[in-house]
Amino acid sequence: MTRFLASIVGLFFAALLMLAFFVNLSGYISDPPAPTAESKYREEPKELHLASNGPFGRFDRQQLQRGFQVYKEVCSACHSMKLVAFRDLRQIGYTDAEVKAIANQWSTEVPSINPETGEPATRKALPADHFPSPYANETAARAANNNALPPDFSLITKAREGGAPYVYSLVTGYATQPAELLKQFPDSKTPKGLYYNPYFANLNIGMPPPLVADGQVTYADGTKPTKEQMAKDVAAFLVWTAEPKLETRHAVGITVMIFLIIATVLAYMSYQSIWAEAKRKVAPIGVLDPENMAKSAQARVEGGIAGGPEPRTMH
Amino acid sequence: MSFGWANEYEPKSELGRWFDQRLPLPRLVYGSLGGGYPVPRNLNYFWNFGVLSGLMLMVQIITGIVLAMHYFATADGAFNSVEAIMRDVNAGWMLRYAHANGASFFFIAVYIHIFRGLYFGSYKAPRELIWMLGLVIYLLMMATAFMGYVLPWGQMSYWGAQVITGFFSAFPIVGEPLRIFLLGGYAPDQAALNRFFSLHYLLPFVIAGVVILHIWSLHIPGSGNPTGVDVKTEQDTLPFHPFYTAKDGFGVGVFLILYALVLFFAPDYFGHADNYIPANPLATPAHIVPEWYFWPFYAILRAFTSDLSIPFTSIVIMPAKLLGVLAMFASILLLFFLPWLDKSPVRSGNYRPIFKRFFWLLVADVIVLGYCGGAPATPFYVMLGQVCAAYYFLHFLVILPIIAKVERPLPLPSSISASVLHGEAQESAPYGLATTASLTTAAAE
Repeated sequence: MTRFLASIVGLFFAALLMLAFFVNLSGYISDPPAPTAESKYREEPKELHLASNGPFGRFDRQQLQRGFQVYKEVCSACHSMKLVAFRDLRQIGYTDAEVKAIANQWSTEVPSINPETGEPATRKALPADHFPSPYANETAARAANNNALPPDFSLITKAREGGAPYVYSLVTGYATQPAELLKQFPDSKTPKGLYYNPYFANLNIGMPPPLVADGQVTYADGTKPTKEQMAKDVAAFLVWTAEPKLETRHAVGITVMIFLIIATVLAYMSYQSIWAEAKRKVAPIGVLDPENMAKSAQARVEGGIAGGPEPRTMH
Repeated sequence: MSFGWANEYEPKSELGRWFDQRLPLPRLVYGSLGGGYPVPRNLNYFWNFGVLSGLMLMVQIITGIVLAMHYFATADGAFNSVEAIMRDVNAGWMLRYAHANGASFFFIAVYIHIFRGLYFGSYKAPRELIWMLGLVIYLLMMATAFMGYVLPWGQMSYWGAQVITGFFSAFPIVGEPLRIFLLGGYAPDQAALNRFFSLHYLLPFVIAGVVILHIWSLHIPGSGNPTGVDVKTEQDTLPFHPFYTAKDGFGVGVFLILYALVLFFAPDYFGHADNYIPANPLATPAHIVPEWYFWPFYAILRAFTSDLSIPFTSIVIMPAKLLGVLAMFASILLLFFLPWLDKSPVRSGNYRPIFKRFFWLLVADVIVLGYCGGAPATPFYVMLGQVCAAYYFLHFLVILPIIAKVERPLPLPSSISASVLHGEAQESAPYGLATTASLTTAAAE
């Protein structure tokens, strides 16, 4: 009965599924899905090699400082960094005094209250403060950016498929819309106020090209500030903001792996040595032949000889 | 349980004897995990995954308790508290990555454990209840994992909660009120987050309770083994300790190496980028997918694209959404009936030539189904998912009962020891190409 009912249920579901399959298949054949501009012109992120990549990766602090400079002078005009505090900059090699100065000179002030009147006010940032946001709230941000919301940058390399290479590709990927694209998809012309970028999901991004010319930022360490270089540096910096504990994680990981490999080798050796005894115990001859043992046990039971199994030889 | 030759617990010290007479706890441990539990001597590495699942449950409970000390279950604070754990709590990043990836590795261990059971017929008499309790654990795990994924309150958390609780609204009349009752509102919000946190903290301990029943019921007939032949003599068994504790020790080492590789070097591999964006009820992610361990079921849900209607009319008997939800629940619940669907008296797939082929077909089917569930819902993946979902139901509900009737199994070894003797080298083979050969020689003797 169980099996009969089960087969009814099984055939019911299978029949429905196959029916739906053939409906979809005929739809697929008679009306195959047309390619879209996104499916044909969207590009995979370019390769980006960072010092923090790989299991032994560590941050290149010079590069992080350069990336921070790009963020400070270019990105921070629109993009907030709510999860990172000025004090965290010590981790990328700034001294306490430098951190204090960076906080003090930050372009946006921290919301506060006037201690005498209680009215809303602002004050200069302190090392303990998180980076103040460029806009007071989402509405202000949208109003200033053609209704697009500049995302927070704290986690951006973890919050986008493709990570740091995606950020790097996006920043350097602005182009004029290819002529063939317009020929094939006349409706896909980049709307006014948006910018064509083949690395962006729908090809048209609201952000104007942020890095417009070489030398937009003057690096303190003398590195040549090409657009490529600035994009790489800011991507590296955003890897750090998203995962400040990356170096610790790699270091702990290596230690744990060494420990686990040694422990596993020891566990394997003890497993083998313990089981060597068990394997010796089954010898296919004489009284130790299990079939003989089974027969003798059976005989003892039938003969009514108490005492149960034979004495154990090992423990 | 026990076999006549199982070792009695003998306290070594006066204190031990005193304690044992009043509370025989050491006796219980000795009898269930120590030298007092005789285990078939021929278990292969697939028998390690029960212990590994138990280990991952403990890892999840321990890391979870510490994480709960730092987590705020508020719609405004949850996301930032998780990031504070990652940035400011001592070793918080390790706890969180261990917990998030621990869930994945818990499911990896449990899936291998389940498929081990499917192949070696572990659900058959006298072990039906062990199998069913295992399925209860699995269902509880799914509920726990789903609610845990909601807690960071990222985009995928929020929209996952929205979609999964939306299943209930597929049921006519009671569906929508039930969904609102479960969520505590019209959409996931503070009320839902708070109750999910509460239940996410509760359910692991319920799982631990059912695990005790699972192991208790295991110790009545004792462990199965790759031949599926019952234990007949002492020669067939070895005490759990030291033999299987040693083997499990090695298994634990290998498993932890893989776990640590992901935890330390690719911690976001199993996650979704979208979950690093704070929950936003106004912005739906481009494609909402659950965690990988739900993908096969998600594919079954999505496979139902046509309403069930009376032919040539527009009267809909069951809408596609309801069918999908019913099929998804059915795909798990049917496993409870497995002991009565597959009535073949032979347990082990090693001696069932037809069953073995269909078993590997099922494994491939579930993997493809999982892939379809994780892929975007393009026509190709939906159609592939439909074929695979149809096979899934046919396999369990139609094919298995038929195989049990028509199949002629290979001759079984006379005992576990006999199979070990004639095929020592295959002791650890997962499936028995070589075993078949050695059996032919055994039969010839």
